[in-house]
Amino acid sequence: MTAAHFWITLLKAVLVALALLTTFAYMTLVERRLLARMQIRRGPNRVGPLGLLQPLADAIKSVFKEDVLATNRDRVVFFLAPLISITTALTVFGAIPAGRPGGFFGANPWVFNLDIGVIFILAFTSLGVYGIFLAGWASGSKYSLLGGLRSSAQVISYELGQGLSILGLLILVGSANLRSIVHWQYHHGWLIAFQLIGFACFLISSFAETNRTPFDLPEAEQELVAGYLTEYSSLKWALFQMSEYVNMITASALISTLFLGGYRGPAFLDAVVPGISGWPYLWLLLKIALFLFLFIWVRATFPRLRYDQLMRFGWKVLFPVALLNALLTAAFVGLLPGLSPWILGLVSLLILIALLALGDRLLAGNRKLARGSAGD
Amino acid sequence: MLVVAGAIGLLALIVGSLLGPKKGSRTKLMPYESGNDPSGTARERFPVHFYIVAMLFIVFDIETAFFYPLAVAFKQFGAFAFWEALVFVILVLIGYFYVLKRGVLDWR
Repeated sequence: MTAAHFWITLLKAVLVALALLTTFAYMTLVERRLLARMQIRRGPNRVGPLGLLQPLADAIKSVFKEDVLATNRDRVVFFLAPLISITTALTVFGAIPAGRPGGFFGANPWVFNLDIGVIFILAFTSLGVYGIFLAGWASGSKYSLLGGLRSSAQVISYELGQGLSILGLLILVGSANLRSIVHWQYHHGWLIAFQLIGFACFLISSFAETNRTPFDLPEAEQELVAGYLTEYSSLKWALFQMSEYVNMITASALISTLFLGGYRGPAFLDAVVPGISGWPYLWLLLKIALFLFLFIWVRATFPRLRYDQLMRFGWKVLFPVALLNALLTAAFVGLLPGLSPWILGLVSLLILIALLALGDRLLAGNRKLARGSAGD
Repeated sequence: MLVVAGAIGLLALIVGSLLGPKKGSRTKLMPYESGNDPSGTARERFPVHFYIVAMLFIVFDIETAFFYPLAVAFKQFGAFAFWEALVFVILVLIGYFYVLKRGVLDWR
């Protein structure tokens, strides 16, 4: 590695980190505004035009807040936990490819390019559990401990479903390199069409991994005050918030790259504006924005699950369904080589609908049972 | 990227501890327990269930990790790879159903 190469990589890393932090800041504003709109309120609109300076005000406020250090804490770990969280969250994004090689002023539009890109991202995001669990343990408060325990059990449970749900994708593409996956989709069509079950599992477990509603049990304030965040204040608290939102942005980028064609747009739009499907950044940013909106929308729509429901869903629904998807794809590719993947897509769609219908029937049966026992 | 991310986090932590008032009092620095004096230590023993989930996670996650190389190299083996995958999944499922039957995954 030459010196110039080193400096360019460093510059790109700094740029990506700053972009992520800015996106985080405005994501908080957008989220509050959108949530407000969905609840027929107005949301923050006083600081600057349309409230656009609100993130700045929030940042200044949290910097000048007192850093409360609870007496019962473990000194070193209490300090390390937010650091671990933010480091793992920020690092992961460097693996997402944002354009063709040499597309960023002559440099490659990614910070590092790994052959095991997908696996690296999953592995590194799961390191974030350490931050959460250690934060809960080091705070020396019961609410924190419970929140940290719950959260880490939840994250590792959904990690399984997430890991299994991309197996089918890997079988179809035959590579774990994110650029190869985007390239494959450019030639064959977006993977969401062929891997609908995998996509559904991945999306759901992404919500659980990032501790978002309806899986935000670690922060169930009615039960646990603020979970593992209870004893944290000022910038340490802000770092945890930051890593949660950065994880959300990374998850959106990862889903777009894996299932929605990454940095390439739909090819049929080329007929309207020539070359538009190859415009760098536009498509990736659009897709990330779409999924971030979905995160907010779901938060405004769904109530929180109960903890036993959450664990039951992760182990008894997500795990077998993801395994089924992997096996289905394996059978398709192994036993019927040469067949168009669209047939696999159709079969996946039918199975997904069947599963949803079955789940609905089971739920209705449960409800009837519950009503019957309540009537006794 | 790792270095940059770590540096940002460290910088934020240092700035946060330098700026801002530091006026602690005994009650303020007490662990939060809805305003009461905390009773007992928070380094309690916690339910064994969490340990079991963690152990199960490790077992199943390693099994998933074994599946990755097969999945990536799948097309080079054809039908043979499918039978391999089937045997493997059946082995995983045996363990999974055993765990289910023992009621480890039922939360009360």
